[in-house]
Amino acid sequence: MTDTPVLSVRNLVVEIPTRHGVLRPVDNVSYDIRAGEILGVVGESGAGKSMTGNAVVGLLDRPARITSGEILLSGQPIHTLKGEALRRLRGKKMGMIFQDPLTSLNPLLTVGDQLTETILEHLGVSQQQARERAVAALEEVGIPAARSRIDSYPHEFSGGMRQRVVIALALCAEPDLIIADEPTTALDVSVQAQIVALLKRLCRERGVAVMLVTHDMGVIAEAADRVAVMYAGRLAELGPVREVLTEARHPYTSGLMASTPLASQGHERLRQIPGAMPRLGNLPDGCAFHPRCEFAQDRCRQNPGPTLDTCDGRAACWFPLGADRKQEVGA
Amino acid sequence: MSALIKVDHLTRIFDVSKPWLNRVIERLPKALLTAVSDVSFEIEENSVYALVGESGSGKSTIGKIVVGLVPPSKGAVEVEGVDLATETDAAKVEAVRADIQMIFQDPYASLNPRWRVRDIIAEPVAAKGGDTKGLAERLLEQVGLSAKDADKYPHEFSGGQRQRICIARALASGPKIIVCDEPTSALDVSVQAQVLNLMSDLREELGLTYLFISHDLTVVHHMADKIGVLYLGRLVEEAPRDTLFDDPKHPYTRMLFDAAPRMDAFGREVEPPKGEIPDAINPPTGCAFHPRCPLAVERCSRERPEMRQIGQTRVACHLAE
Repeated sequence: MTDTPVLSVRNLVVEIPTRHGVLRPVDNVSYDIRAGEILGVVGESGAGKSMTGNAVVGLLDRPARITSGEILLSGQPIHTLKGEALRRLRGKKMGMIFQDPLTSLNPLLTVGDQLTETILEHLGVSQQQARERAVAALEEVGIPAARSRIDSYPHEFSGGMRQRVVIALALCAEPDLIIADEPTTALDVSVQAQIVALLKRLCRERGVAVMLVTHDMGVIAEAADRVAVMYAGRLAELGPVREVLTEARHPYTSGLMASTPLASQGHERLRQIPGAMPRLGNLPDGCAFHPRCEFAQDRCRQNPGPTLDTCDGRAACWFPLGADRKQEVGA
Repeated sequence: MSALIKVDHLTRIFDVSKPWLNRVIERLPKALLTAVSDVSFEIEENSVYALVGESGSGKSTIGKIVVGLVPPSKGAVEVEGVDLATETDAAKVEAVRADIQMIFQDPYASLNPRWRVRDIIAEPVAAKGGDTKGLAERLLEQVGLSAKDADKYPHEFSGGQRQRICIARALASGPKIIVCDEPTSALDVSVQAQVLNLMSDLREELGLTYLFISHDLTVVHHMADKIGVLYLGRLVEEAPRDTLFDDPKHPYTRMLFDAAPRMDAFGREVEPPKGEIPDAINPPTGCAFHPRCPLAVERCSRERPEMRQIGQTRVACHLAE
């Protein structure tokens, strides 16, 4: 049991048929998340990170659909589930935290109603017990005076408090997996620090597996155990957070790190990655990153492009940056 | 070097009361939100002055007052010695106005989708009846786009390219000062680096002065010469960049620095800051930060701290030394 990852995504492909051909916002993505582990998923907008999360919880908007690959939750395939079966699983086994806490709460129901509804639905307890659990959930996420605030409406809470309510909602049915999609992007730094600390504590104390989708490398460095870097729908690099961030093997990861201003640098110019991420309808042949890559060679332009499986399992790159290459980059 | 912009005891109060009939029926008092409270600072020519703070700290309001989009309630902003809010000599006002331009946060909302890029960029000059021939093409090349792009519409560009168009438009009237309100917050990191580098290059080439408004400490550290930290509409600390980052004196500045996620802090366990920014309609008495401050003493809740000069830093805290 302990060996089975909580979430296992295998060769997932999500496709969107359009008039101009089929787009692949998620292309052959595989990763595992174990209990008590935080997997950070980073990438720029349009890299497919949210789409991966939505595919896992079965929230893909039509016409986007999973065309191949599988998603296993504690060893059980869930990508084939539909309707009622999927609804039972969501909330009970998987919790979701979205970016904007205001739009993910119902403004017409009190916070307590929303929590007890979820608890009653999934845990089969009495109304009274459900309310007690709701209070406990609010206390756990650090809402002061939870018992008196449980009958408040979402608009009566501040942004950070609302996000705590959303986290309480995701946690109240005691799921094994939490998918947090940009949970701190709409929040101020001081509140962001509180929410990140909360996620880490819950992950450690309750052994929940967390998929943390964000574009903020700083948040990843502080919170994640492992990190997956996505580019144009594909995994560019996957590995332990410290190794990936300090010794990036994929030129994209390395470029991403270098273009983030660091407190230790002065006014020096930032290293920039030329160009922008290609549109999904217009992906280059071979490695999707090669037009922006300073190390691109002929092989990078040829199909099939590199994947984690065909390369070293860490970076999807034919010519990963190694110890000697790193010197070259630094020079 | 002389001060190009002088902000003197600036205060801006917004009336956020309910409509008067509701107030009469429900017997509610007027609600006044103090967005900016007694802020003073100076910006020197060809420097980058950054304002940082969390949401509700009044940083965007100050930016808008400086360009003249919002009038101050009290205090004054002098640009090149001219107070735009009270100056009556139209010629002087005209001359100074042309010297200030603004770049906004959202490059998707700040370009008219029905206008061609050429018209968008030339507008600040065309509005005054100036000669716009070839202007858009020249500016597009200056900001790293192609002259051919002048015939396109904004939707044909990515976010980073649109922000370049906004910069080109801001440069059209040949300004000395550009107020940048979160210019890269809507952009991805790799594109953000391109835009920040462009802004640094333009500053050197054209001798520009920036008022740079941001919530992102790493970006501010990269760009600014001098930094002002705002909390609930008040300037709590101001110092040259290195002084501020090496030796923050105000407890709020320290809290901000500790809370900011760092790329080299793997699995860092920090004691997260307590509480949130209080309501600006009913700010705490005395020092606005005292309910969250780890060092607060009794005096802090009574007496609002004055700005004090300590070395190169100006700080508003009773206990700073």
